[in-house]
Amino acid sequence: MKKILALVLALCMIFALCACGQSAAPAASAKIKIGMVTDVGGVNDKSFNQTSWEGLQALAKEDSRFEVNYLESKTDADYQTNINTFIDEGYDLIISVGYMLADATRAAAEANPDQKFAIIDDDTCADLPNVACLMFAQEQASYLVGLVAGSVTESKIVGYVQGMVFPSMNKFGVGFISGVLAVCPDATVLQYNANNFGDSAGGSTAAKDMITKGADVIYHAAGGTGMGVIEACNEEGIWAIGVDTDQSILAPDHVITSAMKRVDVASQDISKAVADGKFVSGVHLYDLSNGGVDLAPTRDHIPAEVLAVVEQAKADIIAGKIVVPTLAEEVPEFTLAG
Amino acid sequence: MSKKKGFLEFVAGNRFIHILLSILLGFLVGAIFLAIMGLSVGEAYGRLITSVTSLKGFSYVIVYSIPYIVVGLSVAFSFKTGVFNIGAEGQFVMGSMAAAVVGILAGGLPKIVLIPLCFLAAMLAGAIWGVIVGFLKTKWGINEVLSMIMFNWVAFYLSNFIAGIPAIHSDGTAEATKNISDNASTLLSKDLINSLGLCPTANWGILVAIAVTVLVWFIIEKTTLGYELKAVGSNKFAAEYGGINVNRSILTALAISGALAGLGGSLQLMGMGSRISVFSSQEGFGFAGIVVALIGCSNPFGVLIAGIFYGALTFGGSKLNLVGAPTQLINVIVGTVVFFIAISIIFQRLRYIRKPAKPKAPAPDKKANGKEAAEK
Repeated sequence: MKKILALVLALCMIFALCACGQSAAPAASAKIKIGMVTDVGGVNDKSFNQTSWEGLQALAKEDSRFEVNYLESKTDADYQTNINTFIDEGYDLIISVGYMLADATRAAAEANPDQKFAIIDDDTCADLPNVACLMFAQEQASYLVGLVAGSVTESKIVGYVQGMVFPSMNKFGVGFISGVLAVCPDATVLQYNANNFGDSAGGSTAAKDMITKGADVIYHAAGGTGMGVIEACNEEGIWAIGVDTDQSILAPDHVITSAMKRVDVASQDISKAVADGKFVSGVHLYDLSNGGVDLAPTRDHIPAEVLAVVEQAKADIIAGKIVVPTLAEEVPEFTLAG
Repeated sequence: MSKKKGFLEFVAGNRFIHILLSILLGFLVGAIFLAIMGLSVGEAYGRLITSVTSLKGFSYVIVYSIPYIVVGLSVAFSFKTGVFNIGAEGQFVMGSMAAAVVGILAGGLPKIVLIPLCFLAAMLAGAIWGVIVGFLKTKWGINEVLSMIMFNWVAFYLSNFIAGIPAIHSDGTAEATKNISDNASTLLSKDLINSLGLCPTANWGILVAIAVTVLVWFIIEKTTLGYELKAVGSNKFAAEYGGINVNRSILTALAISGALAGLGGSLQLMGMGSRISVFSSQEGFGFAGIVVALIGCSNPFGVLIAGIFYGALTFGGSKLNLVGAPTQLINVIVGTVVFFIAISIIFQRLRYIRKPAKPKAPAPDKKANGKEAAEK
């Protein structure tokens, strides 16, 4: 009895000590509050959610005007709750990460016309006066990695795994294939639609199948499914090309490059716009010209002459000399949409 | 000595006190973790409490707790009847998908027909999912835990497959099913929600959950069926000797348990989600149900309260980020609570095992026993 009593008392004391150890930091009401709602991937997804959050954290660090926070969604039903929590807390801007949140964002934006929203990778909310849609020219980034793939392939067979078939996803494939064919006109591009963004086992199977057919570079635009693609390429010792973020940390020796979308830059930009009173709704397009998309910064594996080709193409795209196609119909070699 | 023994006996003997103590310890361990991370315990727990005590917050808690209560009842029912329904996750998924299919395809039916139809479809789907496993167990003696875990994944991928069928899949770019018809929704009317200041997803599913709680209590405690199922759960050989058809009882128990989990899925869908997304990971309602059943001591009314407690932790916990504390703290607290409750069961087992040795053992030995238990 005594022992237990002592234990409980000791715990209570620890509890009490902690409770008064730190007083709550005074809340500066003048701060611009930015709330980010993740999709079900969570904040440590090594992809969009994580990059956006890192961007916001960096912003809050360098600019003391900002207070940033995030809420994680565990299920599809949490999106609405999390968005509403930020509304109730009086946040100045709510950033929804990913098109999965489009319906919940639309509902909340319609019900709260004075609340500012931003959504990454969705343009279905562009008609609302209080939603900024942060879109990326994924076809341009895909074109650049396509150039890399077409240049480094020896078998002239490259692979491409896509997460799902719909117009905004098809831009990845269309851009990639155009890039490959631009430097290697007789290359074959093996294509696979996983129809799932979370099936890494399926991604691995698809990649191994392509490798058996002779592919020596595989690009994926398939979220979690792509993790399996990179894993398979790593095991089999061929090049993988990552997407969205710099994925070279996943397999440093076999991820040659990644088609990067700077969601961190985009979320910082829109936050600053809110702070400066310059929030604009509608589509904000991030492309090569404003640094919104690019090759990933890790470029150790890319030969210098290939990098030169990429840099030239980049300049040409920005200057308008090369127009990267965006529609499946423009690139007959892209077969997934048919 | 007698006092020491008395306290332990009191705690071990009184489930309610024991569980309260476990919960308290859970929060204490959570506080220690917060302190190690250098965060303010008062602020974090204060946030937890304030976010669930406002009317709006409490309505969120109720909404969150509905599936936990019903799935908790499903697991509790299986505990009472001697099978371990770890497959509630899969039955939940099947139930919500069945309700979604009905709610989308038969969306034109009036509310009064469609809602019961969705419930029935969900219960049927969950029951079938449970009975298949029960059949494997009774026919070939395949351990239900093993096949249930596998069936959870079958349900997971089947749900993703169904969500991809063009007639079910969202018309937009969302990786999810279409939204179910408004006629299948259990949401309260917008005017009522706004005038009372409730959360936007306030629904009357809680009434169903309460009704089911009473029903489960009634089945277990007041019917022959419940008596038979409990007898099989306590000792299936004795039950068989007593003339109870054990195999049929196991099948019935799993069917009812599965139907409850399926119903939980439909309540979550019709009240909160309105659609089912293509899963990339298990949503974990079935596993939460196991926790709720444990905290609720497998007693239907205990489960009702435990479900609301779990709902409060989940909803309140999701707000912890706002004060800089990680939401994973909730997992630490819940894990610790379950840990201490599980310890209580071990203590009780120990007491039962040692009892027969009592007359033989002299008094000093008993003292040693008591000490050993205290040290553990």
